[in-house]
Amino acid sequence: MKLRQLAAIISKDVRLFLNNRASVILTLVVPIAIASFFGYVFAPKSPSGGSGRMKLWVADLDGSAVSKEIVSRLTEDKSLRVSAHTEAETRQGIAAGEAPVAIVLPAGFGEKAGSSFFTPGEKPSVTLLVDPSRTMESGLAQGVLIQHAMAVIGRDVFSPGTGSKWIDQSMKTLDYVPGERGAATRELLASVKQWMQRESQAGASGGGGAPSGPAPAFSAPFETKVEPLTGNKNAVYNGYAHSFGGMSLQFILMFGIECAVLLLQDRKSGMWKRLRAAPVSRATVLTGRALSCALIAFVTMTICWGFAMVVCGVRVHGSWAGFILINAASALLAASFALMLAGIGRSVEATRGIAIFAVLILVMLGGAWVPSFIFPEWLQNITQFIPTRWAVDGMDGMTWRGLPFSTVVVPLLSLTGCIALFGVIAWWRFRWQGE
Amino acid sequence: MDDNTIVLEAAGLTKSYGTLRAVDGISFALRRGECAGLLGPNGAGKSTAIAMIMGHLTPDAGTVRIEGSPLSGDCDERKRRLGLVPQDLAIYEDLSARENLRFFGALYGLEGRHLAERMDAVLGIAGLRDRAGDRAGRYSGGMKRRLNLAAALLHDPQILLLDEPTVGVDPQSRNSIFEAIEALRAEGKTILYTTHYMEEVERLCHRAVIMDHGHIIADDTVAGLKARGFSGRRVVLETDASLTDSITEGISGIAGIQSVSVSGQRLEVETSDFMDAAPALLQHLRAQGIGVSHMETESASLEHAFLSLTGRTIRDS
Repeated sequence: MKLRQLAAIISKDVRLFLNNRASVILTLVVPIAIASFFGYVFAPKSPSGGSGRMKLWVADLDGSAVSKEIVSRLTEDKSLRVSAHTEAETRQGIAAGEAPVAIVLPAGFGEKAGSSFFTPGEKPSVTLLVDPSRTMESGLAQGVLIQHAMAVIGRDVFSPGTGSKWIDQSMKTLDYVPGERGAATRELLASVKQWMQRESQAGASGGGGAPSGPAPAFSAPFETKVEPLTGNKNAVYNGYAHSFGGMSLQFILMFGIECAVLLLQDRKSGMWKRLRAAPVSRATVLTGRALSCALIAFVTMTICWGFAMVVCGVRVHGSWAGFILINAASALLAASFALMLAGIGRSVEATRGIAIFAVLILVMLGGAWVPSFIFPEWLQNITQFIPTRWAVDGMDGMTWRGLPFSTVVVPLLSLTGCIALFGVIAWWRFRWQGE
Repeated sequence: MDDNTIVLEAAGLTKSYGTLRAVDGISFALRRGECAGLLGPNGAGKSTAIAMIMGHLTPDAGTVRIEGSPLSGDCDERKRRLGLVPQDLAIYEDLSARENLRFFGALYGLEGRHLAERMDAVLGIAGLRDRAGDRAGRYSGGMKRRLNLAAALLHDPQILLLDEPTVGVDPQSRNSIFEAIEALRAEGKTILYTTHYMEEVERLCHRAVIMDHGHIIADDTVAGLKARGFSGRRVVLETDASLTDSITEGISGIAGIQSVSVSGQRLEVETSDFMDAAPALLQHLRAQGIGVSHMETESASLEHAFLSLTGRTIRDS
């Protein structure tokens, strides 16, 4: 293989690429635009950012102090964007998809919730109106509602002012509960009532040692602390990192299709005869094509990542060497994919059609569009054998996950094996004698 | 011709595609400085033969020798002795003529000043110096054809294989290509010129190899092939009255007339000695009371030779 000939082929292909404005735009601008869009959509929003809060509609048909306080606490919750509506409005709004979830607090909610706190009774029924396409949000709304409702109702039933009323009501219902179970419950409630009376007297006399804070309330016996965990303590999740990696991978594979098509067109034209007429080895011709494709693909990825870093704040929190190598391997994957297509392809039209379908499947299953962790488990297992998954995981690992170089070794080796396989198929199937 | 050294030899070349035998055991040789036309109708097997000579196709049987021995592999240095002008345009339309030539030159190891000189020379031959910086895609069809030729000449090959280089070319560019080939012939290049235009071979070549249905049906000098059709001139007459059989028989008996063909008032006569036969023919017609409204003559051509060899014209094939 002669380096001068190799360089001439690469240089010519790069010139051809740069001279084709439409191809340059398609390869460079479009992935940046699409990746920016996906990154914006999937990027986590700041807690204070309105668009990141879940929209929740509330219809308070009760209007009691308890229901009003629950609505007030929901409104103050930083994960929610609450607005009050009538029941009819909530039903209409959810059906129209204007909000994912609405809570309807029924009339008499406060009263019934207090009376059924200590003993089984008529529980109030809170209705959650849910957009069926957004069931995940309904779970979140249910959890937040339980948290705030328990806090408000718990405080209400243990308050000396209002609590004894609920205890008296509950003790009446125990008259009908025979045996030891009823007696034990009555004893417990009596004890609670005595405690409330002592608290009330102490509060009224203002004596020393009397509690001055808010009444005790039932609440979760623990607090949760969310700790985002990546391989690097400085690493923070950036949705743009995944989308730029995925989109640039998709578009270099698409560029690979164009390289394959050019090779097929050359083979069907006089150009192939002219190339074969020259004292140039087959290895030089194919390697030159592969390297020019890989070079353009690598530059494309570099430009995409450059945009992502400068404009979208993406950072390499893992190993820079690993980041560069995984991108280089991805570029070589696109090049070997191009050679394989040119090797097995017959007509330009058929090859382009099938190849586009194949690339879309590869990038979809590889998690280039949406992260693979949202796939069903069986599908995640299958995608372990797809090269695009290795590339995407490798890029995620080196950017927002902040993983060390060692974690990218397996993806690199897997990609290298795949590149070699594609290359062998291309060499084996390539029809040197033209058409 | 400079000498008798055989520089290109095809022996028993055969190539089949399925049941179709595209080339069936053809053999011919070119001597240094010779310009031969490989002539035949579309589908005769000319391009397949060229592809085998260039090594693009592996023959089912037969050998090709360049300067006495077969090409050995893709990188055989003797490939530099060969220049190919493919039938299909083999230029990159998104590159300028200069960029195209720089690339093709690099494939042949040309660089630096030598490359620049060669580029300038072939751009001059192709008449493209003024437009050398323009993208080839903006050229006319004829200019692209000339660039196609220039690319084959860049490495100064001694043997040129031109596969229908004037297909789809305007008359001006065709003439320009002819002049370039005539200049190359004058330089002593060995040329194999493939075409189905008889008149191109007559103008450019010393010799013609005629192929039909994968076979070589004639291989001779252009003059020799013309003589196979008829040796003199053809005379075509439009008469003012229909010609009877007796008149036609009388014409056949005139000395120097080889054949007579009558169609209504149109008379076609092939002569071996035009100067004697033509006055006698006109006298005979006058004696029979037949006037002549139109008369034309034409020399024997390869078209007539092809007709004589195959029974049909090349354009009917």
